[in-house]
Amino acid sequence: MNNLGRTIHIKKEILVRIIKAFLSDDFEEQARLIPYDMRPKGMEVPYRCCVYKERAIIKARTLAGLGFSIEEDDETVSLAKYAKKALEREEISEKNLTVLQSACKGCNSNKIYVTDLCQGCIARPCMSSCKFGAISVVNGRSVIDDSKCKKCQMCVKACPYNAIVKISVPCEDACPVGAIKKDETGFASIDYDRCISCGKCTSACPFGAVHERSQIIDILKAIKDGKKVIAMVAPAIAGQFPGNIYQLKTAIKKAGFTDVYEVAQGADITAHYEAEEFVERMAEAKEQQTEWLDKWVNEGGYDAKEGDLKEKPPVRNFMTTSCCAGYNQLIAKHLPEIKPYVSTTGTPTYYISEIIKKEIPDAITVFVSPCVAKRAEGFSNPNVDFVMNSEELGALFIAKKIEITECEEEQYVVESSKHARNFGFTGGVADSVKASLRDETIIKPFVINGLNKESIRQLRKFAQSGECEGGCNMIEVMCCEGGCIGGNATVNNQKMAKKQIDSLANASKDIDKI
Amino acid sequence: MEKISVKVCLGTTCFVMGGSNLQELNDLIPKKYGDKVEVVGSPCLGLCSINWEYSKAPYVKIDEDVITEATVEKVLEAIEKKLGN
Repeated sequence: MNNLGRTIHIKKEILVRIIKAFLSDDFEEQARLIPYDMRPKGMEVPYRCCVYKERAIIKARTLAGLGFSIEEDDETVSLAKYAKKALEREEISEKNLTVLQSACKGCNSNKIYVTDLCQGCIARPCMSSCKFGAISVVNGRSVIDDSKCKKCQMCVKACPYNAIVKISVPCEDACPVGAIKKDETGFASIDYDRCISCGKCTSACPFGAVHERSQIIDILKAIKDGKKVIAMVAPAIAGQFPGNIYQLKTAIKKAGFTDVYEVAQGADITAHYEAEEFVERMAEAKEQQTEWLDKWVNEGGYDAKEGDLKEKPPVRNFMTTSCCAGYNQLIAKHLPEIKPYVSTTGTPTYYISEIIKKEIPDAITVFVSPCVAKRAEGFSNPNVDFVMNSEELGALFIAKKIEITECEEEQYVVESSKHARNFGFTGGVADSVKASLRDETIIKPFVINGLNKESIRQLRKFAQSGECEGGCNMIEVMCCEGGCIGGNATVNNQKMAKKQIDSLANASKDIDKI
Repeated sequence: MEKISVKVCLGTTCFVMGGSNLQELNDLIPKKYGDKVEVVGSPCLGLCSINWEYSKAPYVKIDEDVITEATVEKVLEAIEKKLGN
C-alpha cells in the first residue's frame, strides 16, 4: 500500500458493499443503492462539488468492482442492471484495467511551466539552455511555447530561481512503458497494446482513477453455484493479513472456498526446473564459446585479416527468471530481444494450477496475490479460472465477518520450502534457484528490483550484447520494487509483510537440490 | 502522571481497511514519547461490530477515546493534545 490511503479506502469499502449486496436477498437493488448508502442525503460532501457528483463517481467505481469497463459505460444503465449483467456473464475481459476519466479532470497535463517566481532576469539562462527555441520573453517574463517544447527540462535545471517546474501526470510518470496518457481532452486512457498490466498507475494516481476490473462476482457466483472453488495463495499473501497462513487457510474456507493451496508448492517446482535449465544453458553457452574459438583458430586466429572471420555468434551468457507476470508482459509487448534469454520454465502458478486441475478436474481455480499483472497471466492460462487480489480477499473477510486470528490452524497437504515461500521478495527467486544447485558457486545473480524506463533500457542492453553486468549469469526480474510484497494491490506495508513472511520461512524446510 | 494507553486494533477489518500501516506506531511512539505513552496492538476491539461500521475502520483507542479512520498522523495529533502540547 502507499500514501494514497484515502482512495484505496473508498475502493475497499465499495468492494465490501458489492460483496454484501451479492450475499443479500436482492443483489440488484442493493447494488443500485451503493452510491446512496455511501453518500446519503444530507451528508457532508467530502471531496467533490456536490453529493450528486460524489454518487456518480462511486457508481463508476462500483462498475469496476462489478467487473465492467468504466470507459464503456453509457451512464444510462443502472447499477441494478449491471449487477444482473455481472451474474449473467460467462467470460471475463482481457482488458483488466479501467480508467474513471471524470476523476482525471483535476489533473493538469504533463508540461513544463514557468511560475510567477520568474524574475525576468537579464541573463536568461532558460532561453540559452533551450535547444528547441521554445522559450521567449513576453512582458519581461519567460514563456514556453508548448508546441516547440520537448520537455527535456534543461530550463528547469538552468533557472537560478527555481521558477520553472515540470508539471507531472503521476500515472504517466509511473508507467514504465508509456501505455497511459492524458489525451487532448485531458482524460487519461490506456493503450492496451502497450500496457503490461503492472498496475503502477493504480497506485500512482492521487485521484484513484485507475481501477482493476474485479472478478469477485464471478468467483462468488461459482461458490454459490456449489462449484469446487480452490484458492491458490501466492507466497506474498503470507504477509498480507493478520494471523498465519494456516489460520488463513481456514479463513478462506470459511469464506466459501472448497480448499486452499500454497502457490509456493508450485514455486518449489519452478525453482527446481529453473536450476536444471540454468545448468544446461550455461553448459550450452560454454560449448558455443569453445566452438567459436576453435573456428576462429582454424580460420587463422590472430593472423587473419579483419573481415575474414565470420561474425561472432551471440553467446547467451545469462538466463533470466520467468515468473513475474509484469515482466512476461513486458517481454511479449516491448522486449522481444530478451526472449531467448528467458527461462522457459513455467511460473509457480502454472505448476500449481496444473496440479489442481489434474487432482480435481472440475475445480474452479482462483489465484490470490497482491499482484495486478497476474490477471493477464490468469487470462492466458486455461488452468487459472479467476484472479483475486489481496484487497478483494480482505473485503470478502470483512463482508463475511471472518476474524483470521480466531480461526483454527489447518496444515497444507504439501508443505513448501523456505525458499519457495520467499519467492515474493526481490532476490527470493534467484536465491531459490541458487539453493537448488549442488554447486551454488556457479551462479551469480543480478537483480532487477522494479521495472522502470531505466531498468528496461538495462535489460535491452544485456539482451543485445549477450552479457550481463559484472559477470553475472542469472537475472531475476521483479516488476515491483521489493518484489510481490511491493505489488500494487497490497494490504500490508512492505516492511511488516517481510517480517511476517520471514518468520514463516525461517520455520520452513530447505529446498531440495536438483 | 498516568500513562496514556494507545490500543491499535489489528482485527481483520481494521487491518484490511488501512490499520496495517498503523503498526508503525509500535516503533514511533516509544521513540517519541518514551514511557509517557504505552502502545499495544490489540485483537479486534469490537468497534466495527457496533452497527457494523467497517467504513470507519481502522480504529484506535486512546484511553477511552475512539479514533475512527485512524492514520499515524491522526493518532500522534491526539496524543499531543492529551499531553497538553
